[in-house]
Amino acid sequence: MEETLTEEGETNKDIEVAPALIAVHPTQKSVAVAVGSDLRVFDFQGVSAVSLVDDTSGPFHKDSIRAIRYSADGNLFVSAGDDKVVKIWSTDSWCCICTVPSEKRVSAVALSNDSLYVCFADKFGVVWVVDLDGFDGNQMLVNKKAAPLLAHYCSIITSLEFSPDGRFVISADRDFKIRVTVFPKKPLDGAHEIQSFCLGHTEFVSCLDFVFTSDFPQGFLVSGSGDSTVRLWDISSGSLLDTCEVGAKAELLESNGKEEECNLAVTDLCTFPDGTLIAVAAQSLQGIVLLSCDLSTRTLSITRVVSIMGEAFIPTSLGMSSSARLLWMVTGVSNLHGFDNPPLARVRIISGFEKSSPGDPTILEDNEILGGDKLLEKLQGSVSVEEKVFLAAAEAVKTAMSNLLVKKQYSTEKREFRKRTRNDRKTKQ
Amino acid sequence: MLENEANPTLSKSTGLPRKRFYRARAHSNPLSDSHFPVPTSPCHVNLSLHFPQFCSSSDQIDSSKKIQFADIGCGFGGLLISLSTLFPDTLMIGMELRDKVTEYVKERILALRLANPGQYQNISVVRTNSMKYIPNFFEKGQLSKMFFLFPDPHFKEKNHRRRVISTHLLDEYAYALGVGGIIYTITDVEELGDWMKACLESHPMFEAITEEELEADPVVKLLSSATEESQKVARNGGQTFQAVYRRIMPAT
Repeated sequence: MEETLTEEGETNKDIEVAPALIAVHPTQKSVAVAVGSDLRVFDFQGVSAVSLVDDTSGPFHKDSIRAIRYSADGNLFVSAGDDKVVKIWSTDSWCCICTVPSEKRVSAVALSNDSLYVCFADKFGVVWVVDLDGFDGNQMLVNKKAAPLLAHYCSIITSLEFSPDGRFVISADRDFKIRVTVFPKKPLDGAHEIQSFCLGHTEFVSCLDFVFTSDFPQGFLVSGSGDSTVRLWDISSGSLLDTCEVGAKAELLESNGKEEECNLAVTDLCTFPDGTLIAVAAQSLQGIVLLSCDLSTRTLSITRVVSIMGEAFIPTSLGMSSSARLLWMVTGVSNLHGFDNPPLARVRIISGFEKSSPGDPTILEDNEILGGDKLLEKLQGSVSVEEKVFLAAAEAVKTAMSNLLVKKQYSTEKREFRKRTRNDRKTKQ
Repeated sequence: MLENEANPTLSKSTGLPRKRFYRARAHSNPLSDSHFPVPTSPCHVNLSLHFPQFCSSSDQIDSSKKIQFADIGCGFGGLLISLSTLFPDTLMIGMELRDKVTEYVKERILALRLANPGQYQNISVVRTNSMKYIPNFFEKGQLSKMFFLFPDPHFKEKNHRRRVISTHLLDEYAYALGVGGIIYTITDVEELGDWMKACLESHPMFEAITEEELEADPVVKLLSSATEESQKVARNGGQTFQAVYRRIMPAT
């Protein structure tokens, strides 16, 4: 009897795993990978692994990291996650300059374009803001507290982003919503003026980014979703400009053509600095889909699919610097059941996007990577990797994502069974 | 009437639905996942279903007609019905989370339309969670009045985030209300009355309405008389606490 009461997965804590994340310094001075509670940073200037220094209350993260990000100027780095703390690091010394407590688990972070404010969102839909006023680069900031900025009503916020001109903060949630809010002059008093809502997705929104060029400095928002589409938006009005069915394309390319895979959620997207290309990662897709964005006609189209041959690699996160035209990809998962510790990740890089040499994008071999084995050993946890681990990892990430973000569906019998004691269900009159 | 004999939930004498057949829970959890249909965006709201006489499905010319009043947590619909005749040309919608109660209001409006030809065509009801889906129903600045009458008090501090008036939700209501639009709140729970007043008072996009304006507004009188809940409070000789505020442009 008891088993009929609990849905599959509800009781299984093992399923709650976090995907590996990657972030690249804006001028590619360093690259960071987060797997589980592990934060791994590789420095290209010294061509060496970085050892982080954390003297703030309770060093390092104690649970899965859910969000990492560099500031636009590259001087700061923020990490946060399930252990309910937000850590702000100086990328100069890789010292943790500040640890901000959060009431709930953190699901997304963003830094204002002027690096004066750190915003983070929690699993209950509240976005908080911390001011970094008075920070000159070296000293520690003590007793920083976050102030509530805005809230989505009790919905997990999946992504946070500032508009290129810094006027708006954009938040996306699992209730299909994207909210565009005016970022106020005094953010600590809250952001109350909503510019627009971008509505059109029919599943959770998983990722946000902006495309912009010098001709279109205000840019357009792109979003990826569990409905397997990528959409282009005008944030000032909230109007939907174009929809691109990425899932359908990715499915066609799945050689094994499994029938039941009809909705491949978009897991991450990353726009190129010149604003014309967008790399998209989707569930079960061994590679990425490249979209091109035409800003004058405001349309999206699929350019090509870059498949990763010879290795089962389904990226869980994408990253790019604004200088070098390299797309960084990572796959991996925190504490995968039945596999060894520390958690493993796999890093791959695609190059060859230069306009000047219109060759095909190519996937760099491990020995072609700047930093070579040293980098891989740091970021991946080991140089050589077992392939089957990462297929299992991708599968675990997929399950975790749908458990977390997809609305639970109950059969009619189960719903009736749950409602059996409700007053309004009693038939006696 | 033959039809009514076939349908015992309607009263034989008035043709109106009888409340006892729509026994409802007092509460519904606003935090749980919603499994009823929600319009993807305001342009997906089918007005011809709600207001067949105002918006026929075929003609697109009358698409300028928009819902202007929203009764959030409309309960058994008493306020909507009073407002309907007071503003016969204004489209208004009640939003209610409890499925049985929504069904009752739906039947009640249909019965009223049948009994009073030409009247009650401007009101309708929808089952939804207004705390989550206000932006799915209304465009920016579309509404001119929003009503929050006798909302669930949620006394426990840990349940305060379930309250329908909060600083963060007021941001969304300010988005749906046009500048000059009015938000009406009333409760018989003093603690909640203080809470709602404090939220509105501290919000930069709302200002209190003066006593004179309150006197002149015919809607204000309905707050404490039109709804089933207010009549219950009046019967028991209870006190009510109201807060009426106007949507303003925030000072920059």
